[in-house]
Amino acid sequence: MALFNIYVNGETHQVDVDADTPILWVLRDNLRLLGTKFGCGIAHCGVCTIHLDGNAVRSCSYPISAVEDKKIVTIEGLSENGDHPVQKAWIEHDVPQCGYCQAGQIMTAASLLAQNPSPTDEEIRRAMNGNLCRCATYTRINRAIKTASKEM
Amino acid sequence: MLQFSWFSSLAKDNPTLEGAYDLNGYIKIATDGTVTIASPNPEVGQNVKTSMPMIVAEELDVNWKNVKVVQAPLNTAIFTRQIAGGSRSINESWDALRMAGATARHMLVQAAAASWGVPASEIDVKSGVITHSASGKMAEFGEMALAASKIKVPKEVEVKSVKDFKIIRHSQLNVDGPEIVTGKPLFGLDVYRENMVFASIVHPPAFGMKLSTFDATEALSMKGIDDVFTIQAYPEDFERGGFDTSAFPELIVITGNSTWRIMKAKKTIKVDWVPFDSHSVKVQGRGGDTGNQQVPSGTESTEDHYAEMIRKSKENAKEVRKDGDPEKAFSNAAKVIERSYTAPYLAHSPLEPLNFYANVTADKAEMIGSIQTPEYMEQSVARRLGMSLEQVDIQMTRVGGGFGRKLFGHYLLEAAVISQKIKKPVKLIYTREDDMTFGAYRPTYQASYRAALDENNNLTAFQVKTGGIPESPLFANRFPAGAVDNYLAEEWTIESNITTAAFRAPRSNFMGAVEQAFLDEVAELAGKDPIDFRLELFQRAIENPVGENNDYEAERYAGVLKLASEKSGWGSPKPEVSRGVAAYFCHDSYVANVVDLRMENEKPIIEKVYCAVDCGIVVNPIAASNMVEGGSVDGIGHALFSQLTLKDGMPQQRNYNDYHLIRNNDAPRDVEVHFVDSDVHPTGLGEPPFAPAIGALANALYKATGKRYYNQPFMVDIEAKYLSKKEIVYK
Repeated sequence: MALFNIYVNGETHQVDVDADTPILWVLRDNLRLLGTKFGCGIAHCGVCTIHLDGNAVRSCSYPISAVEDKKIVTIEGLSENGDHPVQKAWIEHDVPQCGYCQAGQIMTAASLLAQNPSPTDEEIRRAMNGNLCRCATYTRINRAIKTASKEM
Repeated sequence: MLQFSWFSSLAKDNPTLEGAYDLNGYIKIATDGTVTIASPNPEVGQNVKTSMPMIVAEELDVNWKNVKVVQAPLNTAIFTRQIAGGSRSINESWDALRMAGATARHMLVQAAAASWGVPASEIDVKSGVITHSASGKMAEFGEMALAASKIKVPKEVEVKSVKDFKIIRHSQLNVDGPEIVTGKPLFGLDVYRENMVFASIVHPPAFGMKLSTFDATEALSMKGIDDVFTIQAYPEDFERGGFDTSAFPELIVITGNSTWRIMKAKKTIKVDWVPFDSHSVKVQGRGGDTGNQQVPSGTESTEDHYAEMIRKSKENAKEVRKDGDPEKAFSNAAKVIERSYTAPYLAHSPLEPLNFYANVTADKAEMIGSIQTPEYMEQSVARRLGMSLEQVDIQMTRVGGGFGRKLFGHYLLEAAVISQKIKKPVKLIYTREDDMTFGAYRPTYQASYRAALDENNNLTAFQVKTGGIPESPLFANRFPAGAVDNYLAEEWTIESNITTAAFRAPRSNFMGAVEQAFLDEVAELAGKDPIDFRLELFQRAIENPVGENNDYEAERYAGVLKLASEKSGWGSPKPEVSRGVAAYFCHDSYVANVVDLRMENEKPIIEKVYCAVDCGIVVNPIAASNMVEGGSVDGIGHALFSQLTLKDGMPQQRNYNDYHLIRNNDAPRDVEVHFVDSDVHPTGLGEPPFAPAIGALANALYKATGKRYYNQPFMVDIEAKYLSKKEIVYK
């Protein structure tokens, strides 16, 4: 167990956890940032997706000991008022069904569009392929990303 | 249940709702005109949290912009059927929801009439404004709310004509949309209380096994771990309810101060598991009588299951329906076709793994989380804890996917039992592996179909013999029963200790798929277009039905097929894709699909799925389409990729690395949904789209590859280039 200083959504936090604790559980159990979800624990479903220095990362499989001074952004910090183009497009297309995977989908989509503002349909599908949606809202996810890309 | 003070809780959480007046349990109106509507049913992604309040708001005549929605507490005194299942939320609560809105409107009118000294019959209500045109008097809802809340709620008042709907039938966005996309804590897993203890479980790795001994020395020495002990969630003599399915009533429990620590520590627990003997479990029947459910001993394997089902399919089975003389028709037939289909166990695996929060003290049990059947689990928990119903309170969060799995609330009861034992609030969390290997699967099934054609290619006989482990999926009175003179439906079952549970469109999720694939082959044998072939049979069922108990309305069934044909341009050539069609009726709604696909590097690329749906009145079009899109892709995805297999009682898939769900890149590129314009009582959409999408997929795959696919998941056969056995007999 050790003290770690991490930088999350623009704020520093000090937490006292085991070094191998995945950042997912630090976010949830220690910081009560509950938008980042738990689905599988083996980086295969994507509901735990956060940004680490702008890159989409599976927080369930990323230990706090490796974070150091990289900047973490979670779904709560993606925008100030829920007005990131991806979030707005998500509302416009009424994407969510149960909603559990959607924060992770949005984080992956935001990361894709930050790196590739005008992706093709195929690039969208490939980039999003790691994010499972058990309710199968894939058609709407892809439409929303297309819409968001027009605003990026 | 607890006398839940909804009003005071609201006022406490939302200061703007101070001075909010409860009209009838569904509706509170604040002095500023905010109307808060309680959505009664669990929200599992079917968006009843938007559509149910829409129905209330419609009859109330409020402006939807002024409506706030909250999840209703479990309260069977006020709300009917607070269950997410059977695609029945809107269907069963339609009248009650309308009456809730209408009675509140009536009370507001009465309050205005009394206040203004005018007859109620002269008062009009529109968009949250009450007016008496003769005198020019008007008031907004907020002004009359207090007075209205003092009026006795009438039993029944008039409701609107469906032609006058302003909210219903107009798309409204998901009421939780903004919170979902900004990561607000909405789900069961997101329930945290400051002094709660984290708990997880260890269950046997195989069906047919039970706990013998365990050694938790290492776990107990690890940081943050409180204790390791066992619970008997369901004692031997406990009468289980219908939703208390559990293959593993005795569990090892680990408690500690963080999720990560208990997950890490429980891996170190050394356990001896031993086989159990055949035994029986007491289950309460529907009528209150108790039955004994046999649980056989042994550790079972998938390859044996398939062999047993094929063997069983060739033995005598129980006759469920017979019309005419099928055997005579078969022996006189010009052509006979016979086919066999199978499908595997499926693990529902909603993305939110099983979890629940429970705080059990001496005189009450407070529980919060994701559950599809709170009113049933309340009863089981009360009996299990030795409490009265009034002492048990279950609050519903958003459910991160149900699909039927979270009807079966053993995990809720386990959390309660743990909390009662350790006398602390508990947050029970299952890992994905715990969840996926716990059982409660969609059963594995087999079906044999046989059809006879005469020399004019008319269908003269139709036979289905089907069964599964442990239940038969047969619906003997569904189409084509009623459309063919000679009909035989038979079923069988095989006992097992592998537990199963309702899975999205139970039994239909298999029957609809295979029946529609078989009809496609029969149509081909008859030299007829598959839509024309079905329409002829529907015509027969309309003009001169066989038998009396035919569980479908042929006009509506034909209607969705015609709509699908029209919208997909079925008659016109579309050379770049191969096309398949199917239609099915289940859970009171009719769905027809056309699937367009092509093969690329020997993998199916589904370009488009057309869906034609008849579900009566479509309450919320944008959400209704979402359900049909999702249900179609869900069906297609499972049929292509998913299977839960077992070896010696052990599930062979434990997480998403080996249990395959359809992913974005394999999903249909587009799904287009069309609804039949109808004023009929609304029926559901959660389940009806699932099975016919599979049938249409199978039929399109045939056109694309020249091969039929009889065994789900199809990708096993597609990738192995499996050659199907044919048994066409020409006379």
